[in-house]
Amino acid sequence: MEISYYPGCTLKNYAKNFEESALYSLKKLGVEVEELPRWNCCGTVFSLATDDLIHHVAAIRNLIRAKESNSNKIMTLCAMCYNTLKRANERVKADPESLDKINQFMYRENIDYEGDVKVLHLLELLRDEIKLENLGKHVVKSLKNLKVANYYGCLLVRPKEIGLDDIENPTVLENIMTSLGADPIDFPYKTECCASYQTVDKPEIVADRTFHILTSAQEQGAEVVTVSCPLCAFNLDHRQKETVREYPEFKNIPILYFTQLMAIALGCPEEVLRLDLNFIDPKPILKEKGLI
Amino acid sequence: MRINISRKKIRDSFVSKVEEISGQNLLACYQCGKCSAGCPAISDMDILPNQIIRYAQLGLKDELLHSKSIWICASCFTCNARCPKGINIAEVIEAIRQILLRKREDHLKIEKLSDEEKSNVPPIAIISSMRKFTS
Ligand code: SF4
Ligand code: SF4
Repeated sequence: MEISYYPGCTLKNYAKNFEESALYSLKKLGVEVEELPRWNCCGTVFSLATDDLIHHVAAIRNLIRAKESNSNKIMTLCAMCYNTLKRANERVKADPESLDKINQFMYRENIDYEGDVKVLHLLELLRDEIKLENLGKHVVKSLKNLKVANYYGCLLVRPKEIGLDDIENPTVLENIMTSLGADPIDFPYKTECCASYQTVDKPEIVADRTFHILTSAQEQGAEVVTVSCPLCAFNLDHRQKETVREYPEFKNIPILYFTQLMAIALGCPEEVLRLDLNFIDPKPILKEKGLI
Repeated sequence: MRINISRKKIRDSFVSKVEEISGQNLLACYQCGKCSAGCPAISDMDILPNQIIRYAQLGLKDELLHSKSIWICASCFTCNARCPKGINIAEVIEAIRQILLRKREDHLKIEKLSDEEKSNVPPIAIISSMRKFTS
């Protein structure tokens, strides 16, 4: 498999725990991915204005970088990167005229983009290429008795044209957790928006959403919540500080990247998890379950 | 609230601009309200998503350009996913924001945030809020 790994802006700092646990897991599963030697920020959001081509340039440039590395697949961990790269890719594939304009704009690139790179998220790689049966075979420490609510948020599943699973009821994370031996918990807020970038200047909105999303997971018995987006992670994890301030009855719950749980099941040493970057300490529950 | 509707407003170039930037046919909306029913942000909005579409049809430019809602919407695409008429409401709201942003009327004053506020959120948050709320 020739797969390029595209990290994006936050995987090298706030979400280092996401990156390290994901790369460890892929190595354990025998899948080779190589980080693009050069990459730029994708812009984080897909431009919704029909007349705005310039904001697709950043995304398409990364697809050129993948081609330059002789790969025809680019994998992301971040849900926002996935959405932005994939939508820009679909947009130019469906509209040769705009692809042409974007290529002309990037006249200093050595090659043109031709719509021939596939954008995929780690979740798709696990489900469709590695396959969950194989994932299960590599488990050395089962996550048994750990009740996990899985939060998808918006951009892995919407819009439908690029979503990686059912738009209203995705199940890929639950299926992965089952393969790792955990007890996945279903809850009605798994695709509810966490309020995203409102966190910068309206953190109270995020605190409110976090309260509703996490309380719903707790009511269903969740002991931890998994995420696969660094912005969802920040909002659901770090913003619990503001949530407690607004809702004193709220009880903190650890938020983990799904890859951190996967790395535990695949036998990683504790350093790989970078639990120092998780805001609500997951150590007590992981210790209680004999997982660290 | 008193709202004046006039032929002049309905024919204002604002309506065609919103349609053009969003790529949506506003008149396709039959006001079922499903977009607002599923929107996670309505408790903080002054004009609900279905009302935004209605206001846009009627060319109620001032009401829309001054609404709080256009900056509360986080483009989560739940409304788009559920509209029985296939209207992309999030794109319509983006178009209204764009009309202001293209006149350099930024919503987020990044220079007013303290260093602490800026360094306490991840880069993904800063970049996405600047992309959505600044010109
Ligand atoms: S869901 Fe669609 S048709 Fe119904 S009110 Fe909203 S925009 Fe109009
Ligand atoms: S995209 Fe905006 S209007 Fe639509 S459901 Fe989400 S927050 Fe509400």
